[in-house]
Amino acid sequence: MRRFGTVNLTALALGLAFLYLPIAILIISSFNDSRLVTVWAGASLRWYRELLRDEAMLDAASVSLRVAFLSASAATVLGTLAALALTQRFRGKLAFSGMIYAPLVMPEVITGLSLLLLFIAVEIDRGFWTIVIAHTTLTLCFVAVVAQSRLVSFDKSLQEAAMDLGCPPLRTFLLITLPLIWPAVASGWMLAFALSLDDLVIASFVTGPGATTLPLRIYSEVRLGVKPEINAVCTIMIAVVALGLIAASLLTKRSPSQSLGARV
Amino acid sequence: MNDTQQRDPLTRAAILVPYAWLIAFFLLPFLIVLKISFSQTTIAQPPYTPLMDVAAGWEGLKEFFAALSAENYATLLSDSLYVWSYLKSLQVATISTIILLLIAYPVAYALARAPRRWQGVLVLLVILPFWTSFLIRVYAWINILQHDGLLNQALIALRIIDVPVTWLATDTAVYLGIVYSYFPFMVLPLFAALEKMNDTLLEAAADLGSPPWRTFFQVTVPLSLPGIAAGSLLCFIPIVGEFVIPDLLGSSSTAMIGQTLWIEFFGNRDWPVASALAVVLLAVLVPPVLIYRRREAGAR
Repeated sequence: MRRFGTVNLTALALGLAFLYLPIAILIISSFNDSRLVTVWAGASLRWYRELLRDEAMLDAASVSLRVAFLSASAATVLGTLAALALTQRFRGKLAFSGMIYAPLVMPEVITGLSLLLLFIAVEIDRGFWTIVIAHTTLTLCFVAVVAQSRLVSFDKSLQEAAMDLGCPPLRTFLLITLPLIWPAVASGWMLAFALSLDDLVIASFVTGPGATTLPLRIYSEVRLGVKPEINAVCTIMIAVVALGLIAASLLTKRSPSQSLGARV
Repeated sequence: MNDTQQRDPLTRAAILVPYAWLIAFFLLPFLIVLKISFSQTTIAQPPYTPLMDVAAGWEGLKEFFAALSAENYATLLSDSLYVWSYLKSLQVATISTIILLLIAYPVAYALARAPRRWQGVLVLLVILPFWTSFLIRVYAWINILQHDGLLNQALIALRIIDVPVTWLATDTAVYLGIVYSYFPFMVLPLFAALEKMNDTLLEAAADLGSPPWRTFFQVTVPLSLPGIAAGSLLCFIPIVGEFVIPDLLGSSSTAMIGQTLWIEFFGNRDWPVASALAVVLLAVLVPPVLIYRRREAGAR
C-alpha cells in the first residue's frame, strides 16, 4: 500500500505553486485594465483590443505560425525517415546517430551561429526560408527521437509478414508501419511546432529583413520594459498551447505525458 | 535485417535524405565555425578571411592551411573577460543544478508516491509549463520582479522591507529564472528513477529497524542516482550556454558565455573570436556528455 503523507502533499503543492503562480499572475494581469501590475482597475479586454491594432505584432505572429507549420511538417517527414534509418544497420550509422543526438544538447547560440555562417558562406539571402531551414534541422532530431522510441517498441513481424506476402516496401510503410507509429509522429509534429514557435536564439541569428518571428518581436519589446500588451500575447500563446495539448491527448487517446516525456 | 546491397529504395531514402540534410545543415556549418575560429579578423565584409579558394586547387589548399592561425584562441586566453565569462557560466550552471536537485527531489519523490490514479494528471501538470514558451516564462518573472512589481509590494505589505528592493539585473533573478525554467527538466528524470523503485526494499529496511531518514539516504538516494545524473546533465549543459535568461534578468556586468558570444558576434562583429568562443564552449560541454554516455553504456 502506498502512503501519501503530509510532507509529500506539501512538496507537491509547493512545487506546482512555484510552476503555476508566475503564469497565473501573467494571465490575470493581461485582463487588468490598469497599466500597472499592482493596481487592479477592473477586468477588461483593453490590451487584447490594443493587440489587434498592433500590426507589427500580428505580422510577427503570422510569420511565426507559417515558419512553425512548414518547419514542423518538413521535420516530421525527415525525422520519421531518420527514425526508420536508426532501426537499420548501415555504414556510418555512428556518425548518423551522433548527428541526430548532438543538436539536442548543442547550445542554441552555437547552432544559430554556425547556421548563419553557413548561409553567409553560400550567399543565401537570410529571412523567412533560412529560419524554416534552421528550425527544421533542430526539430527533426526531436521528431526522430520520439518516433524511434515508438518504432523499437512495436512488433517487427507485422512488417515482415507484409513484405513476405509480396507487399512493396512503400506500401508496407504506408499501410503497416505508419498507422502503428502515427501517435509518435503526430506528437513529434506538435513538439516540432511548439519548439519552432518558442525559438528566439536561433531565429535571431538566421533571420533577415522582413522576417520577424513572434519571439523576436516580444523580445525586442520586453527589453524596453513590461507592457500589458505582452501579457495579452503571452496569454493567447498559453491558451493555444493548452488547447493543442488537450486536443492531442484526446486524439491519440493516450496520456500526453508519455509522448511529451520524450522531450526529456 | 537486409544487406546493404539489397536494400529497398524506401530504406535507402530513409537513410540518405536525413543524412544529407544533417551533413549540409549541421556538420558543414560546424566545420565552417571551426575554420573561421582559426581565421584572422579582417575589416572587410564579411569580417573574416575567405573560407577556401577551391578553384585554386593545390595552391589554394596550401594557402588554406597557411592562413590558419591560433590567434583567436590566444586572445581568449589573454583577455580575462573571456575566462571570467566561462567561469561565470560554469558557476551559474553548477549552483543552479544543485538548487534544482534540492527542490526538485522532494517534488519528484512525492510524484512517485502519489496515488496511481492521480499520477498521470500530476505528471502532466509538471510538464505543461515547459510547452509554453521559454520567453513567456522568463517574462512572467520580469512582471513579478520589477521595481514596482508584485514581489516588492508583497514584501512591503508584510513589512519585511520598507523600500522596494532591486531584484531585476541581479544574480538572484538569474538563478530564479533558471531554476524556474529548468524545473521540469529536473523533476522528470528523477521521477522516472524513483517511480521504478521497488517499495518492498523500503519495507525491508523498515522491518530491519532502519529509521526513515536513514532508509532515505542509504536506499532511496543511491537507487535514484541514474535519475540524479540524467537530470543534472539535462540541466547543466543547456544552462552553461544559456542566453535568454541572463540577458533579460541579469546585469550586463556579469555576462555568461552565451551573452559574450552574442556580444562578440552582433556587437563587436568579431566573427573569428565568436567562433573560437563557440568551439571552446563545445569543448567544455562534450566531456561530461561522453562520461555520462559511457557510464550509462557500462550500466547496461
